[in-house]
Amino acid sequence: MPTLGFNMHAANNHHHQAKAGASVSEPAWVRYLLVTTALAFLALFLLLPLAAVFVQALDKGWEAYLAALHEPDTLSAIWLTFLTATICVPLNLFFGVVAAWAIAKFSFPGKSLLITLIDLPFSVSPVVSGLIYVLIFGLQGWLGPWLQAHDIKIIFAVPGIVLATIFVTFPFVARELIPLMESQGRDEEEAALTLGASGLQTFFRVTFPNIKWGILYGVILCNARAMGEFGAVSVVSGHVRGSTNTIPLQVEILYNEYSYAAAFAVASLLALLALVTLVIKTVAEWKIRQTLSITESEG
Amino acid sequence: MSIQIEGITKNFGGFAALNNVNLNVPSGELVALLGPSGSGKTTLLRIIAGLESPDSGQILFNGEEATRRQVQERQVGFVFQHYALFRHMTVFDNIAFGLTVKPKKSRPSKADIRDKVFTLLKLIQLEQLADRYPGQLSGGQRQRVALARALAVEPQVLLLDEPFGALDAKVRLELRRWLRRLHDEIHVTSVFVTHDQEEALEVADRIVVMNQGRIEQQGTPSEVYDSPATPFVYDFLGNVNLFQGRVHEGTVQMGGMKLSSPEHAATNDTSAVGYVRSHDIAIERMSADESSVEAEVRYLLSVGPLVRVDLVLADGESTMEVNLPREEADRLELRVGEKVFARARKMRVFVDDYQI
Repeated sequence: MPTLGFNMHAANNHHHQAKAGASVSEPAWVRYLLVTTALAFLALFLLLPLAAVFVQALDKGWEAYLAALHEPDTLSAIWLTFLTATICVPLNLFFGVVAAWAIAKFSFPGKSLLITLIDLPFSVSPVVSGLIYVLIFGLQGWLGPWLQAHDIKIIFAVPGIVLATIFVTFPFVARELIPLMESQGRDEEEAALTLGASGLQTFFRVTFPNIKWGILYGVILCNARAMGEFGAVSVVSGHVRGSTNTIPLQVEILYNEYSYAAAFAVASLLALLALVTLVIKTVAEWKIRQTLSITESEG
Repeated sequence: MSIQIEGITKNFGGFAALNNVNLNVPSGELVALLGPSGSGKTTLLRIIAGLESPDSGQILFNGEEATRRQVQERQVGFVFQHYALFRHMTVFDNIAFGLTVKPKKSRPSKADIRDKVFTLLKLIQLEQLADRYPGQLSGGQRQRVALARALAVEPQVLLLDEPFGALDAKVRLELRRWLRRLHDEIHVTSVFVTHDQEEALEVADRIVVMNQGRIEQQGTPSEVYDSPATPFVYDFLGNVNLFQGRVHEGTVQMGGMKLSSPEHAATNDTSAVGYVRSHDIAIERMSADESSVEAEVRYLLSVGPLVRVDLVLADGESTMEVNLPREEADRLELRVGEKVFARARKMRVFVDDYQI
């Protein structure tokens, strides 16, 4: 097994370098200073605000917290947020897997263009993403008059919110899967095909088991963004209370009305979501590294 | 099943991987596609499997047109250089895969699949490892599992892409002998790709030497080794010394040697290249005639059954590598720095294509 031997050798080299690095590194006080600075920065800009959200939310007590969440407009915002995520995440999951499959396993003209396009939502300001839909479906937009004549509401209604959210969140799954699938190559799929498996059998029995943790990782990031998106949704929502407000929009309204406790109570839901996301993300990352290390040793 | 390849051409972008290749593989033969990397041998194998499609030309299986047939319909077993085992499945499930994906009506029963897998495990001598995962096996074991997996679907053709390329020398030797014995037992038409001449010479019934997308020569191992058709084949197979020189009316003059070359009797003062295998050079204490040349022993390596002697010719630049049987080297009692005479027992001369 020269390949395996080679990998072990490479690992040993890394080990040596790490050791060598430690022996010639900066003096201890420099290291402590750097670590302390990094930790202080984290605490100040990440942990403190997170703690502040929960402290503020519970400022008026547990009952006020629950009451703020039970408010009808807030409940409606929570419902709308879940609805949006339930529509967007499966669609983007499907799109992401298909795109990553196409990009990683085949070569075709326009491949690099497709990769660039997938990144587009990341490079465009969310506000612009929202405006695009206003320009297309809004009253003054291209399809506006036709939509109005047929009594179809997209802008300032739920379909607009869903569309804008899909646009903003579509890179997550694809972005996560493309490098993973590329690193795994197509040998296993080709082997499955020569053994008589159909395309679908190959996907579900060979490809999927190898990428499932990558899919989970992409899905939770996609979900976090779908639930937390503010800019794009704000443009297309119209801020109709109890009807077109998502959780982030509701937080803003409450805050602007000086109902700080209520605003932070609702915001704490998003903060909780972030914490759950982080935990799942860490587990998924660990699992992906495991799968990849198997790939390497098989290399 | 016999395979006929007719006029296959394949380009990748501007690179011509295969250029009008014609080849017949008779049923039941074990054929080696031998060539350096980039010679198109793997591309040809993948086209036979249906993993690539040719730009032009056609493939016939048993005389039937199969160029457009899907991979799944071709009934080929493919063994990959890096095994390509399903990493999340046990050895058992890997071997059973081809049977379990069959459509319901042609799928064997669970018990039959189990019997079949264990028969194959016995064949590859890994019965006790059925529940292991590929990551827990050695390279040689993985490649045997890959072979069993390919054989499970009873393919009409077995295609192997550098099957032993990723294994260390000892395992490689064992496995290729095992493959030869296996082929003698089951006689499935097999094509395997290799860049290792020794492997091809030892295992194959027939060798197809490829270079730059073309077939240079094909024949039995001894045909290809003993009478190479082109300078490339000479260079690629075996240890060879190359001399530049001139041919004039049946006489070759190169590296200080003067040899007769009757097949070039009509050639008039043309530059030529001569090839001499390192075991086709005799070392003598005395100059016999003009065919021998004075040289100095620069290096001696006596390991194994052959003694390697490096010579520097009188011009101080040209070198010769000679392999002597041990007894002969012992008889000569060579020392580094000594003057000796070298004589080419057998030289193959290729006259340059351009005639002046």
